[in-house]
Amino acid sequence: MIKVTDLSKNYGHVEAVKSISFEIQDGEIVGFLGANGAGKTTTLKMITGYLVPTEGKIEVNDLNIIDDTHEIQKQIGYLPELNPLYTEMRVYEHFEFLAGIRNITGRPFKDALARVVEQCGLNGVIHKNISECSKGYKQRIGLASAMIHDPKILILDEPVTGLDPNQIVEIRGLIKKLGKEKLVFMSSHILQEIQATVDRIMIIHEGEIVANGTSDELMSNFMGNVLLNMEIKGGSVESIEHIQAKLPSVKFISMENSNGIQHVQFEYDKGQDPREELFRYAVDNNWSILKMTPHTTNLEDIFRDLTTEGDINA
Amino acid sequence: MLNIRMVFRREMLGFFNSPMAYIFLVIFAIVNGYFFTNTFFLFGQSDLRTLFDIVPLVYLFFIPAVSMGLIAREINIGTMEIISTLPLNTYEFVMGKFLAGFSLILLGLAATSIHFFTLMAVGTNVDIGAIFSGYLGLALMGATFTAIGVYTSSVTENQVVAFIIGVFVVLVFYMLDKMLIFVPHSLAGLVQFLAVDYHLSNISRGVIDSRNLVYFFSMIGFFIFLTIQTLEVRRWK
Repeated sequence: MIKVTDLSKNYGHVEAVKSISFEIQDGEIVGFLGANGAGKTTTLKMITGYLVPTEGKIEVNDLNIIDDTHEIQKQIGYLPELNPLYTEMRVYEHFEFLAGIRNITGRPFKDALARVVEQCGLNGVIHKNISECSKGYKQRIGLASAMIHDPKILILDEPVTGLDPNQIVEIRGLIKKLGKEKLVFMSSHILQEIQATVDRIMIIHEGEIVANGTSDELMSNFMGNVLLNMEIKGGSVESIEHIQAKLPSVKFISMENSNGIQHVQFEYDKGQDPREELFRYAVDNNWSILKMTPHTTNLEDIFRDLTTEGDINA
Repeated sequence: MLNIRMVFRREMLGFFNSPMAYIFLVIFAIVNGYFFTNTFFLFGQSDLRTLFDIVPLVYLFFIPAVSMGLIAREINIGTMEIISTLPLNTYEFVMGKFLAGFSLILLGLAATSIHFFTLMAVGTNVDIGAIFSGYLGLALMGATFTAIGVYTSSVTENQVVAFIIGVFVVLVFYMLDKMLIFVPHSLAGLVQFLAVDYHLSNISRGVIDSRNLVYFFSMIGFFIFLTIQTLEVRRWK
């Protein structure tokens, strides 16, 4: 379990992370979503012990990151954002070094190596120099490095950046599989990636957590009004503009005429659906409805709203 | 100890998996060999004094070159982030780096033993004790310069900057006793004691005095301590 309480990090006068708190339970895959520079990587670096928090507390399985840094680091596997590797080494030498630091040598190392090679599909490259491996393989080597000691917690910073679509599907599948038995905390700025992989999403914006929940929870909490796009033939501008007076649940937004067809945009509250009333109103006024398409807010809109300056409370 | 060994091993693999170590060893041997043999047969003396005079000058540039990437490169390519999130103490990391750099210097020094064998073959009344103490002095000086190089490599992520600072610092310690005439008389003793060449020349004369050993080990310890502190401070920034 990871428990973060009132965590802050300042770089000089810049507040990168501002008093954030959250908890992640074992067996959960949590996505940490935010625009570039939102504070994702800084938060992950503090949890892994690379950076010391300015304020606040990080507990991992009841151990404190300041007092028990190495004990926590034994339980964590970390894939940094830029996936740094010792490119002059062979792949197995790289694993041998990382495992050696974690006191995994001899037979246990061979078993661990076989496990990560199998899990990450590294069979063809194990004796190659890392510099000779493709970007996709390098990413897998980074992931395997994080898993060589079979940690209880995996922290992955942008794990699929730079991979092709097939590799993304493979890595996503692997993360999901690992998430069944481990706590996985992964960051990304790609919403689709997070949505497809995780159980829960946390959105960070300018160092503050602005949303925390499952996709469904975020949708129900942050979904705003529904936009309704209509194409109406035969309606006068005045009658369309005054529809709000007749149907209070509908709010007129905009209208554009094109070849005698009015392209109209209305808005209504997500809890109401006035489409039937609108249809009847149109029939009563002798309008022909050519199109009626509601546009509900999706997670992408919510993310955009939450991570755009001044729209935090959207 | 295991962790120091792992860092040391990784660094040595890094040296020898790339052309770095081979280039260093070959050029180190050629430069020392050229300057030594140039005068060896002219002077007709059965000692390695010329070699022991040349090696410190070669050290001034070679050791900062060997050590400039030890930590700066890790910071630059980001592997420092991996290292810092492993259950590895900073002193273990620094010691592993220092020992690897020092080992490469020792290998370079070992390559100069060919001149010793040449001397044994052609010379007479060779003073083995003086040669042993000369090599000991060079090894201690190499270790001191390596510790300085490891430190200068930790203050920047740019290897060229680390090299330039490294050359400057080792040059200062090397030149101190040559500038005593500019130093007030009251400070002359202290400045002379801080000069690395002063202690090297003492040991090279065949006198292994504890004051000289204390100096070298203090310098090594001091710069390793500074390196550890520099890396620790980075986490708090």
